[in-house]
Amino acid sequence: MTGYPRPIDAPSPELLQRCVHCGFCLPTCPTYAVLGVEMDSPRGRIRLMETVWSGRVDVAGHTFQKHIDQCLDCRACETACPSGVEYGKLVEGARSQLELARKRGPLARLARTVGFRVILPRPAVLAGFVRFSAIARRLGAARVLRILGFGRLGDLLALVPTRVSSQRLPRSFAAIGARRGRVALFTGCVMRAAFSDTNAATARVLARNGVEVLVPGEQTCCGALHAHAGARDDSRALARRNIEALEALDVDAFIVNAAGCGAHLKEYGWLLKDDAKWRDRAERFASRVRDATEYLAAVGLVARPGAMRVRATYDDPCHLLHGQKIKDQPRELLRTIPGLELLPLVEADMCCGSAGTYNVTQPALSKALLERKVEHVVASGANMLVTANPGCQMQIDAGLRAARANVPVMHVMDVLDKAYETA
Amino acid sequence: MTATERTLRAGIRGRPLIDGLVRLLGPSKVIGEHPEDLLIYEYDGAVDTATPDAVVLPDDTADVAALARFCHEHGVPIVPRGAGTGLSGGAIPVEGGVVVSFARMSRILEMDVANRRAVVQPGLINLHLSTAAAPHNLHFVPDPSSQKACTLGGNVAENSGGPHTLAYGVTTNHVTGLEIVLSDGTIVRLGGKAEDGEGYDLIGAFVGSEGTLGLVTEITVKLTPLPEDKRTILAAFPTMDQASASVSAIIASGLVPAAIELMDQLATQAVEAAVGAGYPLDAGGILLCEVDGLRDGLDELASRIEAICRENGATTLRRAQTVLEREKLWAGRKGAFAAMGRLAPAYYVQDGVIPRTRLPDVLRTVSEVSKRHGLRIANVFHAGDGNLHPLVLFSDMRELERVHEAGLEILTACVEAGGSLTGEHGVGMEKNCYMPLQFRAEDLALMRRVKTAFDPADLANPGKIFPTPSRCREFQLHATR
Repeated sequence: MTGYPRPIDAPSPELLQRCVHCGFCLPTCPTYAVLGVEMDSPRGRIRLMETVWSGRVDVAGHTFQKHIDQCLDCRACETACPSGVEYGKLVEGARSQLELARKRGPLARLARTVGFRVILPRPAVLAGFVRFSAIARRLGAARVLRILGFGRLGDLLALVPTRVSSQRLPRSFAAIGARRGRVALFTGCVMRAAFSDTNAATARVLARNGVEVLVPGEQTCCGALHAHAGARDDSRALARRNIEALEALDVDAFIVNAAGCGAHLKEYGWLLKDDAKWRDRAERFASRVRDATEYLAAVGLVARPGAMRVRATYDDPCHLLHGQKIKDQPRELLRTIPGLELLPLVEADMCCGSAGTYNVTQPALSKALLERKVEHVVASGANMLVTANPGCQMQIDAGLRAARANVPVMHVMDVLDKAYETA
Repeated sequence: MTATERTLRAGIRGRPLIDGLVRLLGPSKVIGEHPEDLLIYEYDGAVDTATPDAVVLPDDTADVAALARFCHEHGVPIVPRGAGTGLSGGAIPVEGGVVVSFARMSRILEMDVANRRAVVQPGLINLHLSTAAAPHNLHFVPDPSSQKACTLGGNVAENSGGPHTLAYGVTTNHVTGLEIVLSDGTIVRLGGKAEDGEGYDLIGAFVGSEGTLGLVTEITVKLTPLPEDKRTILAAFPTMDQASASVSAIIASGLVPAAIELMDQLATQAVEAAVGAGYPLDAGGILLCEVDGLRDGLDELASRIEAICRENGATTLRRAQTVLEREKLWAGRKGAFAAMGRLAPAYYVQDGVIPRTRLPDVLRTVSEVSKRHGLRIANVFHAGDGNLHPLVLFSDMRELERVHEAGLEILTACVEAGGSLTGEHGVGMEKNCYMPLQFRAEDLALMRRVKTAFDPADLANPGKIFPTPSRCREFQLHATR
């Protein structure tokens, strides 16, 4: 028991001591809601991180590994915390230490390297992978895999959306009408490989509202999945590439339509805080990042959307609501659509279990949370579920399909774009 | 406290205890297989810690009874735990033993709207009950500041209050029935849905007994109609003296507000940073006052309160205009303790009660104590009840002795002013040494006989409420010095 292997990235005592262990976070924590044990609560995990510093808990031991791994990093506890504990930073710090301390088999190491260093940073490779998976899924490969005993791979394949899109976007979208702003679109990795239609829709909605949109080609994956999984150096390498590619652009904001990416891009300053050469550039970059809904709600819509007859409900992506404190903007935008009735959703603020790669690494807990989410969506009476993050979209869509509920899942920007088409 | 200073009484411990519990209840209900897990049950919302020998998560009353029989047979203490939000160490296993977490017994068993009763399990979160009752226009009145997280079982154990108990009473006034498991495993049912029963008021004895008489496994509570409307007033004063004078003046005028809360400048800083409710940061004291009931006449009541505040020097008066604004003001007040992490890494909160009219001079004593010990003390409290909550801020456990000293001086001032040690947080292991300040030996001996009647083996949350020789020696030396 020797504390943390690399203290500079470890959960710092300064951040930890903000916690006064009041317990307000417990009921908002999805894993505590499902498991009911203190080790799987934010307060318990903070205690674990503290006890490593005092030498009573071993980073490589069962308790630390299991319960830090089981955290969704949804950050609902941050919203609940009156003392302002920055839990996301803490758990990502803890994960980075776990990765250094943990012994992985050669196969698991290879899978991580291929996933994080080969596939995610290369949109073309990722897009090929997604297209291949989509075809396999349509051919019923999920069932075949399950029959062959690869149940987990089968479950994974079931997550691949029914429709994927990966076409290249034009380099720019001209503002329609008087120009009110100029932004750069962050196209992401999964968004570009599987949801490029949503990227195009985001650009069109912005353009219709007088915003010129640039789509720079040099950008790469934001590195959020890497940071969540404890691979901070990989995440930092990607951050430097994105800063380099985008910082010189003469734009009002960097627009993101994936909540997970947005939350991470806004924390580039923290990610590179110990890198004297990059820290300030990273801070400046981060201060220019806006979620698409945040930006649009702030500048206001000038073009009126057309009518849509739909009973919709909105599920908050955790990294939009808890990570970026964006709650009202997407709902306000949806309410501008005539005919769209926005129904309340119970536990809209609770994670659906997608959580980056969580549905891959913790299938049982992820499934329990997904079933909870699907139950609430069905009970809401909505015939469309709207959200604002690709991971949530894929997860909830898979859950609703499995439950044979005829409720399509759409991104806010796709809904707005569709409404504009009919205007 | 280190393990060696503790009086450990567990008859069996370690592997044999864990194995026995697993054989009894199955592995999914027992924590202890991995000893590091137990470190995560050694704390609650306050400052005292102690590591349990095992943690058990029962699913139902039968599990609890089986566990109690097992512990009785082997001489193992049992300590109930709700959400671990307590502020007097109630859930801390000071003498070792098994911590019983009620996290998995959290259902509403029955919602009897016609009779305005609910039957619930002890692990149910306080706010979840009111949320479930709201569609029927009902709510559960006691609303501790931790109501988003704390459990009904914990509320029963501590006889919890909250801002709105000024007009409506504390937990004991809202419980009509209990199912309890005694420390030998006997299941006892007290009361039911009816208001009164014959015989001794054992529900009254049990509510507030802090787990020392047994474990509660089912609770029947009153539900109360939601008021038709509310008015919430924020009044800012240059000094705490003026703010507390207003409290006395409001009560003296014959008005009975639903809640009157006070906050000083230090507390306001933390709260405003947490919720951004628009609390004025330059005020010396802030009063939050709510009136509720039938809509007609509420505005007049609110105006009378505002007039009294103005006469007493209020510089800002604001009435919440929207539900959202009211909720924000309350979120600030209710998150006040929990927001203290913004000011300091740790706090020690006192819970003394004093006659309302003594507010100004006891508050001055608090401020003297703060200066004398060089410790920052934030004040946020139920002024209407005269229930103080001085929060002694500190940053290092090595300061704890000084912090306890300051706390003791404040409590002594409360008792000397004709008040009591605790209003709603319980005695626990935090104030048990101070009990002789308020109770004579004869009084404590009678209480001890009540405890013995329920728990002859002294296995139900031992080391709480009553002064213990091992832990209180230091205090007794201190007191006689």
